[in-house]
Amino acid sequence: MRNFHHIGKATPRPDGPDKAAGKALYIHDLQRPGMLYGKIKFSDLPHARLKHIDTSKAERLPGVRAVITAKNTPEIRFGFLWDNLALKKDKVRQYRDEVAAVAAIDPETAAEAIDLIHVEYEPLPSVFSPHEALQEDAPLIHETDAQGRPRNHNILPLKYHHESGDSDKGKRAAKHIVEGEFSTPLVQQCCMGTAGCIAEFDMNHNLTIWAKTQIPFLAQRDFNRALTDMGLKDRNTRVIVPALGGGFGSGLDTHAYEYIAILLAFQTSQPVKIVYTRREEFAHLSPRQSSRTRIIQGCDPNGKLTFRKVEVLQDNGAYTSWGATYPSVMMMPATSLYHVPNITFDAKLVYTNNTYCQAMRGYGNPELTWALESNMDELAEEAGIDPFEFRMLNRNQPEETTPMGLKVSTCGLKECLETVALKLGWKSRINQGKNRGIGMASLIHVGGGGRIYRSDASGLLLKLDDFANVNVFHGGVEMGQGLHAVLIQSVAEALGVCPDKVFINPTDTGTCPWDVGTHASRGAFMAGNAAILAANKLRSKIFELAEELFPAEVEKNLKKHLKKNPDYMPPDFDIAKASRRDRFDLQEGYIFIKDAPSEPWLRMDLGRLIRAAHFRQQGQMLTAEAFYDPPNELPDFEKGLGNISSTYAFGAQGAEVEVDTETGEVKILRLVAAHDVGKVLNPPGLKGQIYGALAQGIGYALYEELQSKEGKIQNPDFRDYKIPRTHEMDFPIDLEFIETDDRFGPFGAKGVAEPGLVPTAPAIANAIYDAVGVRIRNLPITPEKVLSALQKLKTDGNQRLLP
Amino acid sequence: MKKTITFTLNGTQINVAADSDQTLLDILRGALCMTGTKEGCGEGECGACTVLVDDSAINACLYPAFEAAGKSVTTIEGIAGTRNRLSIIQQAFVDSGAIQCGFCTPGMILSTKALLDTQPDPSEAEIRKALSGNLCRCTGYVQIIEAVKKAAARWKEKS
Repeated sequence: MRNFHHIGKATPRPDGPDKAAGKALYIHDLQRPGMLYGKIKFSDLPHARLKHIDTSKAERLPGVRAVITAKNTPEIRFGFLWDNLALKKDKVRQYRDEVAAVAAIDPETAAEAIDLIHVEYEPLPSVFSPHEALQEDAPLIHETDAQGRPRNHNILPLKYHHESGDSDKGKRAAKHIVEGEFSTPLVQQCCMGTAGCIAEFDMNHNLTIWAKTQIPFLAQRDFNRALTDMGLKDRNTRVIVPALGGGFGSGLDTHAYEYIAILLAFQTSQPVKIVYTRREEFAHLSPRQSSRTRIIQGCDPNGKLTFRKVEVLQDNGAYTSWGATYPSVMMMPATSLYHVPNITFDAKLVYTNNTYCQAMRGYGNPELTWALESNMDELAEEAGIDPFEFRMLNRNQPEETTPMGLKVSTCGLKECLETVALKLGWKSRINQGKNRGIGMASLIHVGGGGRIYRSDASGLLLKLDDFANVNVFHGGVEMGQGLHAVLIQSVAEALGVCPDKVFINPTDTGTCPWDVGTHASRGAFMAGNAAILAANKLRSKIFELAEELFPAEVEKNLKKHLKKNPDYMPPDFDIAKASRRDRFDLQEGYIFIKDAPSEPWLRMDLGRLIRAAHFRQQGQMLTAEAFYDPPNELPDFEKGLGNISSTYAFGAQGAEVEVDTETGEVKILRLVAAHDVGKVLNPPGLKGQIYGALAQGIGYALYEELQSKEGKIQNPDFRDYKIPRTHEMDFPIDLEFIETDDRFGPFGAKGVAEPGLVPTAPAIANAIYDAVGVRIRNLPITPEKVLSALQKLKTDGNQRLLP
Repeated sequence: MKKTITFTLNGTQINVAADSDQTLLDILRGALCMTGTKEGCGEGECGACTVLVDDSAINACLYPAFEAAGKSVTTIEGIAGTRNRLSIIQQAFVDSGAIQCGFCTPGMILSTKALLDTQPDPSEAEIRKALSGNLCRCTGYVQIIEAVKKAAARWKEKS
């Protein structure tokens, strides 16, 4: 490991004090002069033709400035498959479909106006189960695709398939085989700050939008396309990202409410703000997809995995977002967690009349790992092998290439598993107590970007000012995860300045260089690498300038020094001769000659160099840019091949639980999380990422489910949708970071944002099984499910022996 | 019907017009433009809008504005000292890595203040109880609880 000045040290996040003082400005807090409030009228039915929309009463309400529907506005099409419209035209396909919208002088008037809009529908047969949506006679959600070509089924035209080796042969070679079906529910991101935006046009028809987004530049592209749809071709959108209030994937797409705010702003020539209420957020923003995974795995008599077959069916809901590409990530654990010689993977997504879904932290990986790691424990038991030993036996290795073509560089899975086993007391676990048990689960995730677009790049610009402040312009989004603290550390480290001289500018497409978006645990990885590239360029420029300016400046230093210390004898050192660009170094904001004697005057403050460069004839300014695109590949998802990330994060988590057999309640006694993070960049920030992910993993495992009844969300509030509170997190958590010093990572680091919740649910489920012998296959593991399984165990005998 | 109400806000007496159906949160974020207090749910379930009324932590989104008349209200804007100095609690949150997206932070800090004002040396169970009405989606609460402990310890050291 290298020695660092700033990397690995606790570095305060720059937005911390403002957030602590209530001064950080979220979309909810922003105001523009003359700003109107937009509100959306959502569909009253899950599937229906729109016959007539009567907006006359709403239009007459004092304070209303505009009422829009598909009839009186240009058509704006969006969505991953371009299957969605900002305002629905002919029919509605889900309860949350946007049929009309108003802009009014205050939120109350806007809400009142919405209630005055009357919609006539012709109800259509609906389908809410993905299995039923697959049937031949199922109602068609989309009769045509975006190009107008007829469709005759509800399956999305997206193929995800992988085949390596011969899984039938692998099955024949297996001595032990276990099959199971596992499901996961709809889950909401639950950002504490709800979704919203402010759209405003200038009189040149250029748009500024303050957006709660994780993809400012892709959003700019989407919105520019919308401007074209509105007859404003070649006009530009400037996307400004305020303090985010959480993202967790909810900002990976552009949303109908944003296009509606744009339409309303143009219609009224006034800024328009739309902010979702919590109920709207639950019922009208896209959650994580529900999934069903059928998995079958087998191993030989020695416990070596011989094959794996995985089939996934996902309920996509009525329209597509980028969430329709979840299987691109599911494919990764399905093909590459543990060494498996023969694999098939298939995923199918279907349209239904349920709420359409989008990205959420982990992006398919928690869903797939839930099935895979539960099944691993079942297979270990079938084979009579300890689950820890079973994982160790089949674990991934450094520098291997997996069947999907993932090129693993460093791999700390062995150390992670051993750490979890050690911390849980795995080998000495006897007499844990009645109804107590322990379990573990592993993970693989992208750790070096994730190429799901053609580009996986991140641009970064450094600009030095007169006072040697380093202004950083970067297009990645700080959503709370601590990106900007890591960016400050990275710039300070790579450039050779103090962190308090590094300033991160607000995220703004008008000023920041292009970045593909903050997702796939890529933020710190990309920003760090881009910072290193840009800093190296800037150092070259600084040293080039120093050749010319350094000797005279230190000469002045020496004179001053001599004035104070008349007896001082300067060392015999030819400064002019030594002032060569390749001999300079810059550390903590001072330029010096590497092999020069360490005299206090024989160095130069960076600010002086820059001032000298500015205040002269033919002066120059010092900036540097970098566009980092990691060495990974856009996989061929139909073949299931391609090195999607430049490095991979591994980890293992363990849980000890106690099950109350009277109530079915699961109490977590402790958690252990061991993660191969490559290199710890900012310890408090990293811990916060893993602690927070664990809480989301626990919510996923035990509590959270967005209940949908015939397409309607039944629990759109925090009373009925439970996320962990302080009481649910009341147990010791042991975090262990394995540093593998990855050659692709900035300073050796891998991405860490998502891995923390990937194996949590199966680790808990495996512990529950260890405790009371019931295997729950459908998340969340509610007391009702545990009780009913315990009941079944009593009547059916020992479930442990069943395949 | 709008009515002028008078109350003490962060130590200063103010008059503000309010409707009978408005909440204290509406008045703070609306008429008074004090956006430090956040609205996370509007239904008293998340604690993002926690403020102190006569030293008790309440959800401003449920608290009728008229009820505040004659009382003393403390918001996040009233917690920091002059000359941009963070209070002990705020600094402990910053130092403990207890802040991520920050949306729950003002409410967390006010709930912490209500706790430490009555119980300067709280047990972990008391801390968890005091913060049980404040939801956070980013941190898993671990570093928030550490921050409250740190604040209590620093307070003790100082007094």
